[in-house]
Amino acid sequence: MRLRVLGIGNAARRDDGVGVWVAQVLATRLGDDADVRVLGDDGFALLDALADIEAAILVDAVQSGAAPGTVHRFDAAAQALPPALLRCSTHALGVAEAVELARALGQLPARLAVYGIEGADFGIGQGLSGAVATAAAGLVEELAVECGPRRSVIR
Amino acid sequence: MTDATRTIDVNYLARVEGEGALHLAIDGGQLTAAELRIFEPPRYFEALLRGRDCREAPDITARICGICPVAYLMSACAAIEDLCGVSVPAPVADLRRLLYCGEWIESHVLHMFMLHLPDFLSYPDAVSMARDHGDLVRTALRIKKAGNGIVALLGGREIHPINVRIGGFYRLPTRAELAPLRDELAFALDAMEKALGPLAALDFPDFERDYTFVALRHDSEYPMGRGRLVSNGGVDLPVARYDDYLTEHHVRHSTSLHSRTADGGVVHLGPLARYALNHDRLTPRARAAAQAAGLPAVVRNPFRSILVRGIEVVLALEEALRLIDSYVPGDTPAAAFEPRAGTGYGATEAPRGVLYHRYQVDATGLITDAKIVAPTSVNQAVIETDLRHYVEPRLDQPDEALRAVCETAIRNYDPCISCSAHFLKLTVERR
Repeated sequence: MRLRVLGIGNAARRDDGVGVWVAQVLATRLGDDADVRVLGDDGFALLDALADIEAAILVDAVQSGAAPGTVHRFDAAAQALPPALLRCSTHALGVAEAVELARALGQLPARLAVYGIEGADFGIGQGLSGAVATAAAGLVEELAVECGPRRSVIR
Repeated sequence: MTDATRTIDVNYLARVEGEGALHLAIDGGQLTAAELRIFEPPRYFEALLRGRDCREAPDITARICGICPVAYLMSACAAIEDLCGVSVPAPVADLRRLLYCGEWIESHVLHMFMLHLPDFLSYPDAVSMARDHGDLVRTALRIKKAGNGIVALLGGREIHPINVRIGGFYRLPTRAELAPLRDELAFALDAMEKALGPLAALDFPDFERDYTFVALRHDSEYPMGRGRLVSNGGVDLPVARYDDYLTEHHVRHSTSLHSRTADGGVVHLGPLARYALNHDRLTPRARAAAQAAGLPAVVRNPFRSILVRGIEVVLALEEALRLIDSYVPGDTPAAAFEPRAGTGYGATEAPRGVLYHRYQVDATGLITDAKIVAPTSVNQAVIETDLRHYVEPRLDQPDEALRAVCETAIRNYDPCISCSAHFLKLTVERR
């Protein structure tokens, strides 16, 4: 069973791209062990990406007021996501809404780990700010080990 | 606050595109204010178009909206092509209509099933509704995706398509590339017809108004990308005379300009207007679906707009299939043209109604002035009069009941607040 890694965000808005960065780096580390997808703010595309798979990791930037680089962890298969935390758009389906819609429609993967990395700079431009880059690199190390051939994160 | 004074506020309207609020004031048993407050910040698109090459207008204005970028592409092209005397080849015009069908399908289905239907079925949102009506939501999402497929293929990507240019497209698809869209569109057409059954049986508020409907009308087709500006009051004008009929003005409670006719009249744009003014242009299955849903040739109950959108989805699916089947790629993806100085006028039918663009261009092809009137801007006034007419005879109802129906009444217009908020207002406070 392959693992699907979903990186959410916009790499042209600095820390908003942290999910994209984690997904892309994980893709090179895990190779064929993972099916990596990068998604923007279209919740309907996320809904599709959650369908017909058994396990997924989702990484997104968040803005909750916590210290930049804080990694928020959720077991989305076991509990509803806090809608305010992963809200990325007032205009369309956000990440939490897409996950909850997938749950309502009975198409949520049996295992879904969600990581929200607290961002600091959501301005125009590329590149992650210091604390966020450090947290992202740490998360990649953690996930690369746990999602490798002997997975435990998505047990 | 005395017993007779009531204020009903909805501080953040849910399930609309963008940021707006509703304010009702009732004083001594009289309704004193019914305001749709749009506070989304202005985005200055008209100003930033100045000094840009007129060939950039479609791609720049398409960024105004992630839900209806095709409408912006089409109105901008129409205006610049009008100015430069470009007439697009028939296969290009057909492909543009196909692209527009894709946008109508995805936009209408999103609104009908995810944003509007929860109101009628008494759910707070689409997610809660999906728990009890999973099959309906799954079907709706599949219909929507059939529309996305058209936009992604012809536009180059689903959101903010990049393949449209003045005179035509950058690249034309082959017949073989279009063919795979067919099966899902055919499924969607049958599914949409079926879904209209339960929608027609919904309990709609008993409410009708004598609207001034305004839409485009074309000689031979249900209007999308071309036509004259007409109304049920006898207006029949070329698009170049839009400004003679509707003018914009500022109101304090909105960052989006309101529009009125010269004599102060309020007009209604969108599906109900298109349908009423073009009922004789419906495609066969759309006409049959309207009949099956019990819709008369003119629908004056705005709550029934959910049904009329459904009829337009049937029409768009039928048209998409016809256009795919008859498609023969032309020799050239775009008509050649040279920019010229002057003013160009364009209007097309966005899902929410007539979208008007006007550009003044100098001899070097640079835009010196731009005017963009989004249908939601125009519809603000009719939304407010709907609220007033709905609430006034029902002032005895509790606030919660009024609030709920008023929110639905606003959603009747599928308002896209992001599109409409472009009023340039700069406040400088000096101390």
